Amino acid sequence: MHELSVAHALTGAVEEALPAGAGPVREVHVRVGVLSGVVAQALEFAYEIAAADTRLEGSDLVVEVVPLSIHCATCDAIRVLPGTTSFRCPSCGTPSGDIRGGREVELARVVLEDLTEAAS
Amino acid sequence: MTTQAIGDRVVEIRRGVLQKNDDLASALRERFARAGVRVSNWVSSPGTGKTALLEVLLRTAADRGLHPAALVGDCATDNDARRLAAAGVPVRQIVTEGLCHLEADLVAAHLDGLDLRELDLLVIENVGNLVCPTAYDLGESVRVALLSVTEGEDKPVKYPQLFSSADAIVVTKTDLAGPAGFDRDAALASIRQVAPAAPVLETSARTGEGVAALLDLLLGTPQGTAIHPPAAGAVAASVASRGAPGAPADGPSPREGRP
Repeated sequence: MHELSVAHALTGAVEEALPAGAGPVREVHVRVGVLSGVVAQALEFAYEIAAADTRLEGSDLVVEVVPLSIHCATCDAIRVLPGTTSFRCPSCGTPSGDIRGGREVELARVVLEDLTEAAS
Repeated sequence: MTTQAIGDRVVEIRRGVLQKNDDLASALRERFARAGVRVSNWVSSPGTGKTALLEVLLRTAADRGLHPAALVGDCATDNDARRLAAAGVPVRQIVTEGLCHLEADLVAAHLDGLDLRELDLLVIENVGNLVCPTAYDLGESVRVALLSVTEGEDKPVKYPQLFSSADAIVVTKTDLAGPAGFDRDAALASIRQVAPAAPVLETSARTGEGVAALLDLLLGTPQGTAIHPPAAGAVAASVASRGAPGAPADGPSPREGRP
């Protein structure tokens, strides 16, 4: 996938979300679902390029990979699946297309350096 | 400036990275719903036969007295729009100049001159690509993933991101199944692995097989034949629980197309 354009959207989203007067950004945390089409490693690489020459330059991208989870109607429970090629409840085997997680491309949080000035 | 003490401040955001597209798509979805037009987004590899099938579908719809229209996306040329215009219905070409997928802003920009209230059906033929269109909601009512009998029966499990996001799956070029040695059972099993609940249709643009059933599905009417039932016990996504791709779980309003 074209992770550079996603990285640009990400840096744009961070800039928009930053509180006024915020200190330097140390880390940007994203949640990327296994079904989203975005590849974590490619996004990390693209992030460096997208952040260059911006206030985000030097910040680290921390990616949390979100697994696929479905709702099983038979068990009436959310189940986390080990992969992406079989959409069946791991407990009872019932197939399910009711996807509850794994599609995210989400800017979760930013970690800012909090600078306190000396009195003198 | 002298730094006395350094601590870390964490600012929770929880915002979709593709929020811009998701918001535009939600707005389109509302606009389509108000106008009473059913919209579908067709996604497949290049060469699956989307355009040929769409040609026949548009003519079939017009013959039924319906008012269909099409938006077709390609990296270059307006060849597809010219072909589809022969069906005598409104068609708009979106030339992406290399962008590998359609996005909501491109769709919105190409609706000029179309009176949506006059339309029953709008088909958006995406750029031929089984990867990139996955995350881009176009405001459609129904997302259709297509694969042809010549592409390999395991195509769906090779592209689970896209096929699991589809509301309906179409197997095209059935007239070539024999010469291609197509294993129908294997293809259905592979589809069911990643899309347990989506209806599956088989079509041939050449013979017309399955076109009427596809049209019924796109219009939301329950008639039609040759629709494979969902895998036993499978439950489709409840409309209320599903957000657009790329959004947090409680994101914008989802597509229809699931019971």
